[in-house]
Amino acid sequence: MTRLLDIQGLSVTFGGLHALHDLNFHVDEGEIVGVIGPNGAGKTTFFNMISGMVTPTSGEILFEGESMIGLDPNQVTQRGIARTFQNVRLFANMTILENVMVSQHCRTKQGVWGSLFNTPGFQREEREIREHAEKVLGFFGTRLVGYRLEQPASVLSYANRRRLEIARAMATKPKLILLDEPVAGMNPKESAELTGLIGKLRSEWGFTIVMIEHDMNVVRDVSDRVVCLDHGETLAQGSFEEVSSDPNVIEAYLGRPLEKS
Amino acid sequence: MTAIDPGTATEPAPIEKGAFDFDWNEAARRGGILALALAFVALTGMPNGLNDRLLIDPILSLGYLSLLWLPFAFGWLSGNEKVLEGMARTKRGLRDVVRGDVIGFVGGLGLSLLVILINAFDLRDPLVNWSPQTLAVLQFDRGQGFGIIAWPILGAILGAAGASLHLLPQRIRRATLAALATVLVFAIFETFIVDLFDFTEDLLYENQGGLKILWAIILFVVAFGASIGGAGRKVGQVRTNYQQATGSAKTTQTALYIFLASVAMIVIPMFTGKITQELLANIGIFLLLALGLNIVVGLAGILDLGYVAFFAVGGYTTAVLTSPNRGEDWPEWFPTMPWWGALMVTIVVAALVGLFIGAPVIRMRGDYLAIVTLGFGEIIRILFLSDWLNGYFNGAQGITNVPPADFGFAQVKGTDPRSVFYLVLVFAAISIYVSWRLERSRLGRAWMAIREDESVAEAMGINTVNVKLMAFVVGAVLASFSGAIFAAKVGSIFPTSFLILVSIIILVVVIVGGMGNIIGVIVGAAVLIGVLGGPKQPGLLAEFSEYKLLIYGALLIVMMLQRPEGLVPNVRRSRELHQEEFLQDAWLKGEVDDAKADGDEPNGGPEGALA
Repeated sequence: MTRLLDIQGLSVTFGGLHALHDLNFHVDEGEIVGVIGPNGAGKTTFFNMISGMVTPTSGEILFEGESMIGLDPNQVTQRGIARTFQNVRLFANMTILENVMVSQHCRTKQGVWGSLFNTPGFQREEREIREHAEKVLGFFGTRLVGYRLEQPASVLSYANRRRLEIARAMATKPKLILLDEPVAGMNPKESAELTGLIGKLRSEWGFTIVMIEHDMNVVRDVSDRVVCLDHGETLAQGSFEEVSSDPNVIEAYLGRPLEKS
Repeated sequence: MTAIDPGTATEPAPIEKGAFDFDWNEAARRGGILALALAFVALTGMPNGLNDRLLIDPILSLGYLSLLWLPFAFGWLSGNEKVLEGMARTKRGLRDVVRGDVIGFVGGLGLSLLVILINAFDLRDPLVNWSPQTLAVLQFDRGQGFGIIAWPILGAILGAAGASLHLLPQRIRRATLAALATVLVFAIFETFIVDLFDFTEDLLYENQGGLKILWAIILFVVAFGASIGGAGRKVGQVRTNYQQATGSAKTTQTALYIFLASVAMIVIPMFTGKITQELLANIGIFLLLALGLNIVVGLAGILDLGYVAFFAVGGYTTAVLTSPNRGEDWPEWFPTMPWWGALMVTIVVAALVGLFIGAPVIRMRGDYLAIVTLGFGEIIRILFLSDWLNGYFNGAQGITNVPPADFGFAQVKGTDPRSVFYLVLVFAAISIYVSWRLERSRLGRAWMAIREDESVAEAMGINTVNVKLMAFVVGAVLASFSGAIFAAKVGSIFPTSFLILVSIIILVVVIVGGMGNIIGVIVGAAVLIGVLGGPKQPGLLAEFSEYKLLIYGALLIVMMLQRPEGLVPNVRRSRELHQEEFLQDAWLKGEVDDAKADGDEPNGGPEGALA
C-alpha cells in the first residue's frame, strides 16, 4: 500500500506547553486509523496541525510525498484533506444544501463574470455542484434530502448535524477525511449506524480515514489500526487489541495502581 | 417528553384589577424618564427652532409636536404589559388610563421644573438653548405660571390619550392611528405634497404654511373611514398572497411587481416638481452606495467603516478625467474625455484601489478590520485634501467645472435632477442585478460561509483572502458608479463631500433597511435619505437638518433594540438574530416527531442551539 500521510517528528509548543512532542505517524491509502487518548492528550491539536490551522514548531507533514508545512487550511483542503469538527461547526443559517454546495468551492472555478452573465459554463457548474451535493447527502439515507435540502442547518437534530458535517467534508472531494469524534453525543443505536457508514466511506467512496474517538466500541469495530496519544506523545500503536491491552495505555486512562510500600 | 402544542393551550381568563392597582413605582420611573426626555428635547432647541413651522394652522407647530408626541407615546407604551405564556393577562380598563395619566403628569412636571429653572438661573453658557426663546415656547407666551400649570395637565391628557388607545377595539384603534398618521404626513411633508400635486397648495394649506383646520379634519375622517372600510386589510391581503405563493406563481408575481415598480419609477418623475426629482436623485445616489456596502457588509460580513473612500475615488477620478480645472500637475498627454469614457476608467481605478486597500486590510477580522477601514477612509480623503497632491486635486478648493454627462440625446446635470435620477436608475438596476446574481452563485455562497464562520469556511477549502477581496472590489466598483454620477450632478468635487459621516450614514441605511436584503436596502435608502436626508442633502424633513444626526442616532438605537434585523429583514439574518425563538418554534412544530422518525435522539431543541 502506498503511504498517503507521513508525519515525522512533529512538535508544537504553546508557550512552554508541549501540545505535541516528536510525534511520528503515518496513514496508508485505504486505511482507517483510530486516534485515542485521554482528554488534553493533543488529539485535536494533531488534527488542527494536519489541516493547517496550527503551524507546527518542528517536524514534517508529508501528504502524497509533498510537504504540507506552511500551507493555509484552504490549500490543505485543496490538496485533498477534509475534516469535521469536534464541536459541530456548521454554517447554521445556510440551508443544508448550501452547506454542502459551498464546500465544493475549491473544486469549482466560476467567478464573477460567469454568474453575472449566467454563462453556459456557469449553469453547468452550478448543476454539477448541486448534483454532487445531493449525491453526498443521499449517503445518509433520506434524512438530509427532500424537504430538508432547503431548511437551515440550525433546525437539524444533533445527530443529523454530525452527519451533515461529514457530508460537508465528503463534498470537498478529499482523499483523506479527518473525523473529530464523529459519534460524540449520539445514542448507541445512532453510533452503531454511523460506524457502518464510516466503513462505507472507505468501501464505497474510497476515502482514507483518520478518526479521533472516545467510544471504544466504534474504534474497535471500524479501525484497522489504533494510535494512542498522551501528553502529546505516542503511547502505543497497533491493532485495537494490542493498544487496548498495553499497560501504558491503561495507565494513562485509569491511573497507576497504588504501589505497596 | 411531550411537546406542548401552542395551538390548543387555552389562555386563562383575564384578571380584573382596580383603577389604582398598578405598579406605582414603575409608573413613576417611566414618568421620570419621560420628564428627562422632554427636557432633553426642549434643550436641543427643537421646540423653539421649529415653532415657526406650522403643521395645522394655528393650533400646532412642528416645534410643539417634537414635545407633545412623547407623553402620547409613553402613555401608549405603558399599556404594553409583559404577559408570560399561560399566565392571565389583566383586563383593560380605567387602570390603563390612570397609569398613562400618571406617567404623563410626572413627565409634564419635568417641563414645569425646567420652566422654573430657566427663569431662576442662567445657564446659557453651556446650554445654548437655555434661552428666553425656549422659555417663551415652553410657557406658551403666557408667563411662568401658565407654563408651570399647563405642562402637567397637557402631559396627563396626552398620556391618558395614548394609554386609552388600548381600550379601543383593534379595528378602531388601527383606524385612529392611520388617520392620525395621515394628517401628520400631510402636515409634515407639505413641501413635498405641494411639489407633487400643485393644486393642493391653495386648497389644503394656509399661505404661511400648515394645514387648514378644516382640511385636517377632513383628512382625518377620510383616512379613518378608509381604514375601517378595509383599505389596510386589502394591502395586507396582497402581501400574504405574495408570501404564500410558490414556484412559478411566485416568479410571475415577482416579475409583475418588479415591472410595476420600474414603470412607476420611470413615470413618476415626469409629473413631479424639481423638489421631488432632486429627492429621488439623492436617494438613488445613496442607494447605489448602500447596495455596494450591502455586498461587503451584508453578504460577506466585512464591516467596512471607510466605504466612503471608494465614493471619493469614483468622484475624483471622473472629475479629473472630465474637468478642465483639474489641477496643474497632470502631464500634457493626460486625456480629457466625456463622462461615459471617464466612467470606464473610474471603474478600473476603483477596482484597483479596492484591491490596494483591501489587500492589507482583509487579513484582519472583526473589530480590527473595522478600525483599519475607518482609517483608510480618512486617509483617502486627507490625500485629496493634502498639499502634497495639491497640484493634482486642488486641495480644499476641489475640482470645479465638471461638465454634465453628455449622452448625445440627453445631458445629465445637476440643474436637471430628473436626468440625474434616470441615470441613477440605470445604474441602480445594474447594481441590483449584480447583487442578485452574485448572491446566488458560488461566490455568494462562499461570502455567506465566511460571514457565518470564517475559520470553518477556510477549512472547507475557501480561499478567504481572495473571496473577501472580491467582495471588497465589487463593493468598490458599485460605489464608484455613485461617485461618477455625483461628480456630474454636483459639477464640482470637494474633499468635504467625503467625510466619515457618509460612511456611517450608508451603514445606517443598510442596517436599518435590513442587512443582506436588496429590498431592505432600497427601503432603507428611501426612508432614511428620503425622509431625513443625506449627510448634506436635505430630505423631506428639511426642517430637521440641524438635528439629523441626533435622529439618525436615536433611530439606530431604537432599531438595534427593537428590530435588529432591519425594516425588511433577510430571512437568514433574522434567523441569526432570533436564533432561540426560531429554534423553539421549529421544535414546537414537531421537530421532535421528525427526529423520532429518523430514529435519532430528539435533541435538536432549543438546548441544542448552535453556538
